[in-house]
Amino acid sequence: MLKISKLHKSYPIGDSSLHVLKGIDLSVESGEMVAIMGSSGSGKSTLLNIIGMLDEADEGEYILDNVPIKNLTEKKAAIYRNKFLGFIFQSFNLINYKNALDNVALPLYYQGLKRKERIEKGLFHLEKVGLKDWAEHLPNELSGGQKQRVAIARALAANPKLLLADEPTGALDTKTSHEIMDFIQTLNDEGKTILMVTHEEDIASMCKRIVRLKDGVIMEDAFVEQVRASQYV
Amino acid sequence: MRFLLERDTWQEVFDSLGKNKLRTGLTMVGVWWGILLLIALLGSARGIENSFNRLFGSFATNSVFVWAQSTSKPFKGFQEGRQVQLKISDAKKIEENVEGIEFVVPRNQSQALVVRNFLSGTFGVNGDYPLLDQVQKKKMIRGRFINQTDIDDNRKVVVISEEIYKQLFEKDAEMIGEYIQLNGMNFKVVGMFETGNANMGPSSDMHIPFTTFQQIYNMGENIGWMMITGKPEYNISQIETDAKLILRNLNKVHPKDNRAFGSFNLGKEFAKITGFLSGMQFLTWFVGIATLFAGVFAIGNILLITVKERTKEIGVRRALGATPFEIKRQVILEAIFITLIAGLLGIITGGSLLILVDKLAGQGPDAVLVNASVPISVVLVSLVILVVLGTLIGLIPAFKATSVKPIDALREE
Repeated sequence: MLKISKLHKSYPIGDSSLHVLKGIDLSVESGEMVAIMGSSGSGKSTLLNIIGMLDEADEGEYILDNVPIKNLTEKKAAIYRNKFLGFIFQSFNLINYKNALDNVALPLYYQGLKRKERIEKGLFHLEKVGLKDWAEHLPNELSGGQKQRVAIARALAANPKLLLADEPTGALDTKTSHEIMDFIQTLNDEGKTILMVTHEEDIASMCKRIVRLKDGVIMEDAFVEQVRASQYV
Repeated sequence: MRFLLERDTWQEVFDSLGKNKLRTGLTMVGVWWGILLLIALLGSARGIENSFNRLFGSFATNSVFVWAQSTSKPFKGFQEGRQVQLKISDAKKIEENVEGIEFVVPRNQSQALVVRNFLSGTFGVNGDYPLLDQVQKKKMIRGRFINQTDIDDNRKVVVISEEIYKQLFEKDAEMIGEYIQLNGMNFKVVGMFETGNANMGPSSDMHIPFTTFQQIYNMGENIGWMMITGKPEYNISQIETDAKLILRNLNKVHPKDNRAFGSFNLGKEFAKITGFLSGMQFLTWFVGIATLFAGVFAIGNILLITVKERTKEIGVRRALGATPFEIKRQVILEAIFITLIAGLLGIITGGSLLILVDKLAGQGPDAVLVNASVPISVVLVSLVILVVLGTLIGLIPAFKATSVKPIDALREE
């Protein structure tokens, strides 16, 4: 599904450069649910951004679904992102002047789908996150948990192969966090591959595999006993 | 271009512009004002031009008036300061010898005390040929102008202006066939003309046959002045020079004596006014287009700010799969849309303003602006200019929008 080898990335800071990723090797199979952990500055977000094709590695190989990802033009990256990836952000990143349905349907718009089809699919995914009745509401009329569910519906809308979540529960309280995690686990049960960055141990323990980063290298990569979020809900 | 017909494209435009209605509105003011100015000024300039044309419409504009004065140089035994007298034969000679002449109309004028019953007044009286009507069109309200029979028979008939009628006749009284006294002689009124807007030369209150004038004022062959009209394809200044040269020759005046014959070149004056009008039109275009530019730049500026504010949103869109081209296209479309809507509003208000001006200042014979309007071609041209400017100015924020990498855009708070 996803294979990364000898990945390096550094950022220029003034005259010197900061070596953020120092040779990452990682492979993820279809249907996995992986948490990438690490303190801030460990390079976990950079890794996620490279996987998300929002950033490009300096060195190393990245193969996603048998497609080597390198030397991407902006246009090609956009098409790949649309086709392969779904993003869930910490701060939801909903477009605040579009209602929930339009937000969910936005990736479909960039896929070039007809309006009717978009509405149909958008409503289907909103129903899946349990917010069909909120389709006409603007993001600022929704609670944090609802916003994140809309964002998840949006990430699912284009039917991506891989879901990337950057601290999906970072802006939510514990109860809502567990609700969201329960939902993400359900998605994983249905076969979606999920990669998430978090620094919360209890959230990470709800995944099936934990990859710990420190100073740009993988310290630990272990499969764990998944804690079901449903027991807290 | 198919995307232009899609509802979603426009939905996106409306959504993002409608997000901040006040700002969008204020942004549009600049372009709106520019187009309004362009339309209103161009329309007014045209109105002034039309009113000038109406004013001069009664004159053959390719004309020069020539009269005699006193010499400034001694010549052939004559002292300087001799009063020169124009004769009918001079007019004939000019007509025969100068190239490009259409008419030469000899004229006489004087003042006369006009009496009718108990009313009287002093008015200018002209001795004229029927030909005058060709050079300086008289708008006859009643009756006719002087004709050839009047000339041949030295008839005592008079054509009066509306002004005289108002002073000498009771309201609504019939004037045709009535008699008025000129310096004690009875003249039959045969016609009445509308007092013109523009009066070139001496005031023309009354016209009597040229021959009658000769007789009653003992003019003999002398004439007061003449109007020379050139054929349209000939240069009136050249005709003026040629005619004066012949006159100097015939009247034994020094060839370089510039004072002996005075003249007023209507063609030249008319050209000056035409030049002034085209200057005004140029200025209008300049001011209008410049204001338009300022307005369009304001739109570009605001869109730049909008794009900056929407950095994160654009980042999200790109993460969701929007290509840079799609983002750019959207921003440019917004730019064109605002410019075009503002422009259309400007055209509508400008047009309404012109209609209002026409109602207020465009009616009646003394109107300053006649049919103040803008041809549809100008409207279309300005719309095309707007679209072009909108596209060009939209390019700046469009490139700005995609210059930030999506990763940086997403980090933006």
